[in-house]
Amino acid sequence: MPKNQDIKKVLVIGSGPIVIGQAAEFDYAGTQACRSLKEEGVEVVLVNSNPATIMTDKEIADEVYIEPLNAKALEQIILKEKPDSVLPTLGGQAGLNLGMELAESGFLEEHGVKLIGTTAETIFKAEDRQAFKDTMEKIGEPCAASLVVNNVEDGIKFTNTIGYPVVLRPAFTLGGSGGGIANNETELVDILTNGLRLSRVHEVLVERCIAGWKEIEYEVMRDAAGNCITVCNMENIDPVGVHTGDSIVVAPSQTLGDKEYQMLRSSALNIISELGITGGCNVQYALKPDSFEYCVIEVNPRVSRSSALASKATGYPIAKVAAKIALGYTLDEIPNAITGKTFASFEPMLDYCVVKIPRLPFDKFITAKRTLTTQMKATGEVMSICNNFEGALMKAIRSLEQHVDSLLSYDFSDLSDAELEEQLHVVDDRRIYVIAEAIRRGVPYEHIHDITLIDIWFIDKIAILVEMEQRLKTEELTVDLLKEAKRIEFPDHVIADLAGKTAEEVKQMRYDNGIVAGFKMVDTCAAEFDAMTPYYYSVFGSENEAVETNQKKKVLVLGSGPIRIGQGIEFDYCSVHSTWAFAKQGYETIIVNNNPETVSTDFDIADKLYFEPLTDEDVENIVRFEKPDGAVVQFGGQTAIKLTQALMEMGVPILGTKAEDVDAAEDRELFDKILEETEIPRASGGTVYTAEEAKEVANRIGYPVLVRPSYVLGGQGMQIAFNDDEIDEFIGIINRIAQDHPILVDKYLQGKEVEVDAVCDGTDILIPGIMEHIERTGVHSGDSISVYPAHTIGQEVKEKIAEYTRRLAKALHVVGMINIQFIAMGDEVYVIEVNPRSSRTVPYISKVTGIPIVDLATRVILGETIRGMGYTPGLQPEAEYVAIKMPVFSFEKLRGAEISLGPEMKSTGECLGIAKTFNEALYKAFLGAGIVLPKYKQMIMTVKDADKEEAVGVAKRFEALGYKIYATRSTAKYLNEHGVNALRVNKISQESPNVMDLILGHKIDLVIDTPTQGHGDKSRDGFLIRRNAIETGVYCITAMDTANALATSLESATEEFTLVDIAKIKNV
Amino acid sequence: MKAFLILEDGTVFTGESIGSTREVVSEIVFNTSMTGYLEVLTDPSYAGQAVVMTYPLIGNYGITPDMESAKPWVDGYIVRELSRIPSNFRCEGTIQNFLKENDIPGISGVDTRALTKILREKGTMNGMITTNENYDLDEVLKRLAAYTTGDVVSKVTCRETKVLPGHGKKVALLDFGAKNNIAKSLNERGCEVTIYPADTKAEDILATEPDGIMLSNGPGDPKECKAIIEEIKKLYASDVPIFAICLGHQLMALANGADTHKMKYGHRGGNHPVKDLETGRVYISSQNHGYVVDAEAMDPAVAVPAFVNVNDGTNEGLKYTGKNIFTVQFHPEACPGPQDSGYLFDRFIDMMGGTK
Repeated sequence: MPKNQDIKKVLVIGSGPIVIGQAAEFDYAGTQACRSLKEEGVEVVLVNSNPATIMTDKEIADEVYIEPLNAKALEQIILKEKPDSVLPTLGGQAGLNLGMELAESGFLEEHGVKLIGTTAETIFKAEDRQAFKDTMEKIGEPCAASLVVNNVEDGIKFTNTIGYPVVLRPAFTLGGSGGGIANNETELVDILTNGLRLSRVHEVLVERCIAGWKEIEYEVMRDAAGNCITVCNMENIDPVGVHTGDSIVVAPSQTLGDKEYQMLRSSALNIISELGITGGCNVQYALKPDSFEYCVIEVNPRVSRSSALASKATGYPIAKVAAKIALGYTLDEIPNAITGKTFASFEPMLDYCVVKIPRLPFDKFITAKRTLTTQMKATGEVMSICNNFEGALMKAIRSLEQHVDSLLSYDFSDLSDAELEEQLHVVDDRRIYVIAEAIRRGVPYEHIHDITLIDIWFIDKIAILVEMEQRLKTEELTVDLLKEAKRIEFPDHVIADLAGKTAEEVKQMRYDNGIVAGFKMVDTCAAEFDAMTPYYYSVFGSENEAVETNQKKKVLVLGSGPIRIGQGIEFDYCSVHSTWAFAKQGYETIIVNNNPETVSTDFDIADKLYFEPLTDEDVENIVRFEKPDGAVVQFGGQTAIKLTQALMEMGVPILGTKAEDVDAAEDRELFDKILEETEIPRASGGTVYTAEEAKEVANRIGYPVLVRPSYVLGGQGMQIAFNDDEIDEFIGIINRIAQDHPILVDKYLQGKEVEVDAVCDGTDILIPGIMEHIERTGVHSGDSISVYPAHTIGQEVKEKIAEYTRRLAKALHVVGMINIQFIAMGDEVYVIEVNPRSSRTVPYISKVTGIPIVDLATRVILGETIRGMGYTPGLQPEAEYVAIKMPVFSFEKLRGAEISLGPEMKSTGECLGIAKTFNEALYKAFLGAGIVLPKYKQMIMTVKDADKEEAVGVAKRFEALGYKIYATRSTAKYLNEHGVNALRVNKISQESPNVMDLILGHKIDLVIDTPTQGHGDKSRDGFLIRRNAIETGVYCITAMDTANALATSLESATEEFTLVDIAKIKNV
Repeated sequence: MKAFLILEDGTVFTGESIGSTREVVSEIVFNTSMTGYLEVLTDPSYAGQAVVMTYPLIGNYGITPDMESAKPWVDGYIVRELSRIPSNFRCEGTIQNFLKENDIPGISGVDTRALTKILREKGTMNGMITTNENYDLDEVLKRLAAYTTGDVVSKVTCRETKVLPGHGKKVALLDFGAKNNIAKSLNERGCEVTIYPADTKAEDILATEPDGIMLSNGPGDPKECKAIIEEIKKLYASDVPIFAICLGHQLMALANGADTHKMKYGHRGGNHPVKDLETGRVYISSQNHGYVVDAEAMDPAVAVPAFVNVNDGTNEGLKYTGKNIFTVQFHPEACPGPQDSGYLFDRFIDMMGGTK
C-alpha cells in the first residue's frame, strides 16, 4: 500500500520530562520518527515539555512547542496548527494517554483530526486490563488468573480465591508505578491502596503470582495490511518479579529451544493481529521453566524502552518503520536502511549476543531501598555487544561507570557462608556479584538456582568468569590464557591485578602476541547480505571487518554513557549536535557510546558508530584502528572528560580547551591562582583529603561550609555541613563513592544563584543569556527552578557576570564551551564553580535564545571565530520570552529516598514553561512538571525555625488562594501569632488524628516541609512526612523559594496559553 | 584436539574438534537461525553438506526430542562456540555427545562470521574438516575441487512405506528426505498420511486412490533426480491434488519443462520474507535451499508464480494453471523457524475437498 496522501501535517506527541520508567528512549524514538516523517514530505508539529531533547530541535520538526503535556495545551496547539493527524505512539505512556484523552473527549473527531499509528480502540484493548484480558481469552492466549478491582475489599476477596502471593498492577501508569507483589493481606492492602490512587482510571489488576518464571519479551511490528514480523526477542536473566527495566536482559533469548521460541513468537503475532496494532508493539511473557506453559504479562501498543533496546540490539529502526507504517506503507515497501538491499518485512538475525544492564541510582540515594521489584527504579541503562555471553556481560558491567569492572567489584568475601546464603535471597542490583561469590565458595549451581531461580545456563556463564579469575590468580599468564581472558572481555587492568602484573605489562604482552580487538558489524542479517552501515562492536580472537577510511579528517566524539541523575539526556543532545556540526565542516565523525536509549547511538547519526564501553582500554582499541585526527570531550559530560588523559597518552589531540586547562578549573590551588589573577572573588575555602583537614578548614573559615568531591557531576556527594560531626559523616560518604581526587571545602554563601553557558574562541566570548535560579544557593543548580532571562538582578550585576565570564574563559584558554555558576549577593558576584565543558543547561538556553551553541562551539573548536560567524561578542540581547526550567523528580519510584533538596542533585529530568510573562511561564512550568493544583485546597506546613518568618508570607498567599492550612505545633503557633489562620495538627508521634492521618486521608494538595539539618536518620518526623506525602502523590516542597514560586504560579493560573513556536525563535 | 576447516579457495580456519574426529569433505553452507540447531542437524535436506551456524552460541538447551528425522544428516558441523552445559526442562543430553554418538565431525572456535562472509562473497564452496595437522593443502584442494554431492535423495529416503493413521483425507507423502513435521502437520489436521520411499512408482501411489499427494523437501541438486521427475510427470497428469515443498517444488517444475539453477549461497534460515502474490500478504518463512526454479521462463499456461522472495525476488512458489497443484520453495512445516505459513497445509486440505 503506498503512502496515504491525506496525511500532510502530523502532530507528534513527545513523552515529557525524563522520569524513572520514561527516559531518553522516547527522544530517540521520537527523533527517528520525525525524521522519517519529514523524509516523506510530511509537515511535523511537535509538542514536548522537555527542552533537553533532540526531538524539540527546529531541525527535527517544522513547528516545535515546548508546552505542558496536557489536553488543554494540545487542544490549543491543534486549533492553531490544524494538523490532519496526531501520532501518539512515540511519546511513551504519557503520549499514549494524552492521545487517548483527546480521542475519548471527542475533540479530535470534532476537529477532523485522525489518530494515526494506532486507533483509540486498539489502545483501549491493550491498556485496559479487563478489555485486554477479554481479548486474550477470545484468541486463546493465556493470562495469569486475575481480576481488575477498584477497591481494596474486592482485591482481598479475589486474592482469597486464588491464594497469595499476588502481583498488583495499576492501570495506565508508567514504569509499573505503584505495583508490587503482596505476600499477605497487610501487604495487599498497603500496595493496593497506593496503586488505586496512582492509576489514572483508579483500577488495579490483582494477578496470580508468576514470580520465578522466565521473563521473555518480543518486539513485534505490524502494518495496516496485516503483515507482521518480530524484530527481536529478549530474555531477562532476572526471572519474573523484577521489572524488565531493572533486569539484566540478553538478546536474543539464550535458554529457549526453537519450540518455545516459535510458540511465543506465534503468540506475539496473534496478539498484535487481534489488537489491530499498526506499528511497533512489545509483548511480555512469563514462561514456566519446566513446561510449555506461559502467560502473557502485558502488551505495550507503542514504542518503548524495550523497542529502543531491540532497535540498537538488531540494527532494525523500529520507530522509523513505525512512522512509515503510520503513513500507510506496508513492511515490504520500506527498505532496510542497514543493508539497503532487504526490506523492513524481514526478521533480524543476530550473530552476536547483547546484554543490557540497568543503571540504578542507589549511589545517589543511599537511604533508598535497594531491592528490585516490579516497580522500576533504574534511571538508565547500558548495552554491550560481543560474540559470547560472558564477554557481553563483562563489557556491560564496565560500561556502567559505577566503579565496577568485573564480578569482583562488589566484595562479599567478608560474609560467612550463612550470611552469603542469606544474601543470595536478596534481589538487588548486586545479585550477580553475590552469585559469583557463591560460585567461588563452591556452592552448587542447583542450590544457587533454587534460591535465585536464575537459569543454570546463566549461572554457568558467571562460573566461567569466576574460573578465569582463579586461573589468572593461580596460573602463569601464558599467551593462551591471556587470549582466553580477552575473549571473555577481562580488561587489562583486571588481568594485571589478578596476575600480579601491571596493566602496561599485560597490554604489551597482548601487542607482542597480536591479541588485539577486532571489530564486527551489526548488520541485521548475520552477514547474509552485504551491509552499508558502519555500526561496530569489538571482539577478541576474530577477524577485524571494520573498513578503513582516511579520505577526510576524522573526529572521535565521546558520548556520555548511561543516563544517571546529574548526567542526563542533555549531554546526548550536545554529543549529537557536535557530531552534526563536525560533519557539516567536512569531518568524518565517529561516535563511541554504550547507551541504547539515546539518539547518539542511532546508526545514522555519525559516519561510524562504535557501541563500546567508555573506558581507556576500550577507547584505545578504537583509536588504534581509526587513528582519529582529534577527539572532542567537552560535550559528553564527565564520562568523556574522564577519558582526556588517556586520549592524550594515546597521542590523540584533544580538540578545543586543553586538558591542563580543564584541570586548572578543577584543581583548587590552580583555580585560586587564576581567580586571584583575574580579580574575581569566590567563597573562601580549601582543598582537603581527610576529615581532619576538612574540619580544620571549616573552623578557620567558619560554618556552614559546602563539602564536595572534585571531578563529579550533579554535585554527587555535595553537602552543607554545620558542624564537625557532619563533616565526619559527609567525608565518610564521599570516600565510599570512591575518590581519587581531593575534596573541596568552601564557605557556604547564601545568595542568588546565577548560571551562564558561553562559547569562547580564545579571544571573544558569546553569552547567549543569563539564567537565574529561583531557589537560593544551597539547592543544586540541576534541582533549581531556573529562569531566563535573569529577572531580579540588575544590569550592573549582569555586566559583571559577563565580564567575569570573559575573564575566566580567557584565563582558562577556553576554546569551545564553558559553564559558570555564580552567587549574586547585592552588587557582589562570587564564582561557585567553572566547568570548561558543555553543561546541562545548553539545550535549554539554545532553544530559548535561538542560538545554536553547540554548533558554534564546534566551529570555534575548528578555528572559526565568534565574529567570523556573524555574532557580536558578549552577552546577547534578551529574548522577548521568559523561559523557566522546572526540575522533575522520580521520588515516588524510590522507596526510602530522602527528597529534601540540597547541594546534591536529585532530579531525573526537567520541563520548560515558556511565555511572554514570568507568571505564565512559571504556571506552565509547574503544569509541565505534572503539578496540577488546586484540588482540595488543603495543605500542611511544617517549617524549621529559620524559615518561620518567611513562612508567614507564603501562608498568607495560599490563604488568599483559598487554602486551608494545617501546621504542626510550633509552625501553627507562629503562623497564628502572625495573622494566619493555621489549624494545629499533632506530630506523628502524638495521638491520632495527626499529620500522618491527614496525609493518608488523601485530601491534601501540598506539603511544605523545610527540613532541619542532619541526615541519615530515617525515623525523624520530617523524613516520614516527606516520604509519605510523596508516596501518596502529594506534592512536597522543601524550600521556601519553591513555595513562593508555586503561589505565584497558582495566582496566575490561566485557561488560555500563549503558544510559542520554538522553531521560529531567532536570535536578534 | 585441534581441527581444521579447509575451504576450496584455500582459506584455512583453525579450531577445536567437536564430535567425531574423522575427516570429511562436503559442501559448506551457512544457516542463520538463532534457535533450532537440532532441527537443522536432523533435517535430511542437509545430507551432503556441512553446516555453519551463524549464531555463535550453540547447544544452550542441549538435545531435546525435537528431531526432524531419526538421525542427524549433516556431513559436518561448524560453530563458534558450544555451550559447556545445556539447560532446558526437556534436555536429554549434550550436543557434544550427540555429535560423537552419531559420528558427525565438527569444528568449534571458528570465526563463523568471517567464514559466512567468504561464502556470501564467493558463493557456496566445498571444504574439508580434519584433525590431521599434517594435511597437504595442494592435495586437499584437489579433492575439494573434485567433490560433488551427487544423488543424496536415495540415501535419506525411507526404506519402507509407513502409515500415520488418521480419520480425514488420505495423503500420499513422497519422502525425498522429508522432515517429520510435514507428516505431522497433515496428521494433526486429521489426515491419514502414507509415507512412500522416493523411488515408489506413480502407478503404485495412484492405485491407492489418495485424496492428495505431498511431495517433500530433500537434499541435493534436483536435476540428479531424473527417475523421480518421470514419476512426478505421471502424478501431475493424474488430477490428484498435489502440494509440494522445497525439493518437491523444484522437481514438479522440472517435470513441467522448467529449469532450476544453483544459487550463489542459497537461503538457509528462519527470517526470509515471502509474498503471497494472490493476497499481497508477506510471511516470514523457514528456508533451506541452494537451488531455485527459474520461474520467469515458465509458460504461464503451465504455472504462474504464487510466492516471491521479498529480499531477492527469487521464486518461492508456483500455482499450476488448470490443475489442483501448488508448490512452495520455503518450509510451511517450520521446525526450525516461523510457523506463519502453516496455513498452507489448511489450503491443501481445502484442495482435497476440506476436512470430512
